[in-house]
Amino acid sequence: MAVIAEPVTAQARRSSLWIRAFESRNFLGAMFMVPAIAILILFLAYPLALGFWLGMTDTKIGGVGRFIGFQNFVSLSKDSVFWLSVFNTIFYTVFASIVKFAIGLYLALLLNERLPFKSMVRAIVLLPFVVPTVLSAIAFWWIYDSQFSIISWVLIKAGLLTHYIDFLGDPWNARWSVVLANIWRGVPFVAITLLAGLQTISPSLYEAANLDGATNMQRFRHITLPMLSPIIAVVMTFSVLMTFTDFQLIYTITRGGPINATHLMATLSFQRAITGGNLGEGAAISNAMIPFLVAAILLSFFGLQRSRWQQGGRD
Amino acid sequence: MTTVDDQSVGMDYLESFPRKFLRVYLPLGLIIFFLLFPFYWMAVTTFKPDAEMYDYEKYNPFLIAHPTLEHIKKLFFDTDYPLWMWNTVIVSVSSTFISLFASVCAAYAIERLRYKGSRYVGLAIFLGYLVPPSILFIPLAAIVFQLGLFDGNLALILTYPTFLIPFCTWLLMGYFRTIPYELEECALIDGATRLQILIKITLPLSLPGVISAGIFAFTLSWNEFIYALTFISSSENKTIPVGAITELVNGDVYHWGALMAAALTGSVPVVILYSFFVEYYVSAMTGAVKE
Repeated sequence: MAVIAEPVTAQARRSSLWIRAFESRNFLGAMFMVPAIAILILFLAYPLALGFWLGMTDTKIGGVGRFIGFQNFVSLSKDSVFWLSVFNTIFYTVFASIVKFAIGLYLALLLNERLPFKSMVRAIVLLPFVVPTVLSAIAFWWIYDSQFSIISWVLIKAGLLTHYIDFLGDPWNARWSVVLANIWRGVPFVAITLLAGLQTISPSLYEAANLDGATNMQRFRHITLPMLSPIIAVVMTFSVLMTFTDFQLIYTITRGGPINATHLMATLSFQRAITGGNLGEGAAISNAMIPFLVAAILLSFFGLQRSRWQQGGRD
Repeated sequence: MTTVDDQSVGMDYLESFPRKFLRVYLPLGLIIFFLLFPFYWMAVTTFKPDAEMYDYEKYNPFLIAHPTLEHIKKLFFDTDYPLWMWNTVIVSVSSTFISLFASVCAAYAIERLRYKGSRYVGLAIFLGYLVPPSILFIPLAAIVFQLGLFDGNLALILTYPTFLIPFCTWLLMGYFRTIPYELEECALIDGATRLQILIKITLPLSLPGVISAGIFAFTLSWNEFIYALTFISSSENKTIPVGAITELVNGDVYHWGALMAAALTGSVPVVILYSFFVEYYVSAMTGAVKE
């Protein structure tokens, strides 16, 4: 509200313009956003758009592609390997996610008990998630070796088997083997995040239920599950997202074999685009994954909304 | 009857350990065994001579009769492994610092400057977090090639922030939100600029958040695989995960000892870092989900 009485020189006016610009939230906000936005536009938003475009061209590595409309999708729809990869991806995601959730929730409940060395146990449990996936997948590859598998050896010694299991040579064995490796890697993430959710549930709810004579099962069913459901929604969305787009485990353990039996959409798109050089076709396979991802993101979005409402926080 | 009663109370007390054992310790132990066994197997194979590794009849596979360092020696002196390790360190450290810098600025602007449309930008960044690398790598490969970054550390240093910045920004926004506005208002009245406020007030107060984001970002870039596999072609530029899986396998001959040694030594640095910052790591992981 102060009125400036003195006459101002042009120079002073210009500098005050600068000062005002730096006091303006919008200008300053834009300046602060520059590094992040520059990287995200150049290496995230632009490639995403370029991916849509590439999926509609016949680009080869080292060449310029032509626009061919939906031809890639038409040829993919007649490609039995593509449909096999869709089936494998869904199979892999559904089974791995269900088991990860079941074991993860169980493990979270166990870790929520009174335990000696609790924080150390928690730190150990998280190890499979911390260690580089490819490196632990190499260990699984060795564990699944057809001649020297330690699992087969133990089962034979125990008298349960007569010959070594061909873990990665048989299509169904290979599918279950990679699902098991994925479960191994995913359980810690589910368990530790759900444990964080469990720790926010107020003990007074359980005390009240105890006074009312609730059994263990009833307390789990009517307190733990409803209080945990928002975080379960988010954790499982993330877990489904990571499983659906998984690449590393499959590439390391089976490379999509035997006879494409474990190819996921991600590994197939890598094989077609990078190994085979058909960037356009590979991009089309990646694009075909997007509808599923959008479904998962929407699920997460509504999960988030609900958690805010339940915790009485600001939206 | 009273004695029986007393006894039953006493028994109940005694029974609680076996019962707790069956209900908690046993299943917990089994799950932990399942989670740790691959690491044990990795370590055992690393230090086992080849003769023992392929002979389960003479030697018990779970034990090492004659521990050896030959696989580790082979890995460090006969392969490019030291270079891969160096590349991994350079790439992880640089991309983590770039991401932290960009994320601190962005999160501060979104949470504190609250410029026009900041909420939508925040949401867009969260959505960026959900875009998986496995649908981005093909167009990114084309871009990396066009920019002339192909087959160099810079290709990874510049592309890793695409998944690190959304994550770090989202996490830091949550931390910045917990700092009372009044502190900043006081500083504003005392004549501090926004940059001074960020450096002298907001950052020190949210240091745990910055450390969490940094640790998590570092392990994520250490573990990254698909970009490194796609954008790097020559052996001396590879990172550990890519080098291990592409260079240590000669056709059908798998050098299991060297492979396991690479897996073990490639994991150890992350695990050591993790063991020092477990709490920060966990809060980063759960924070990103809870916010």
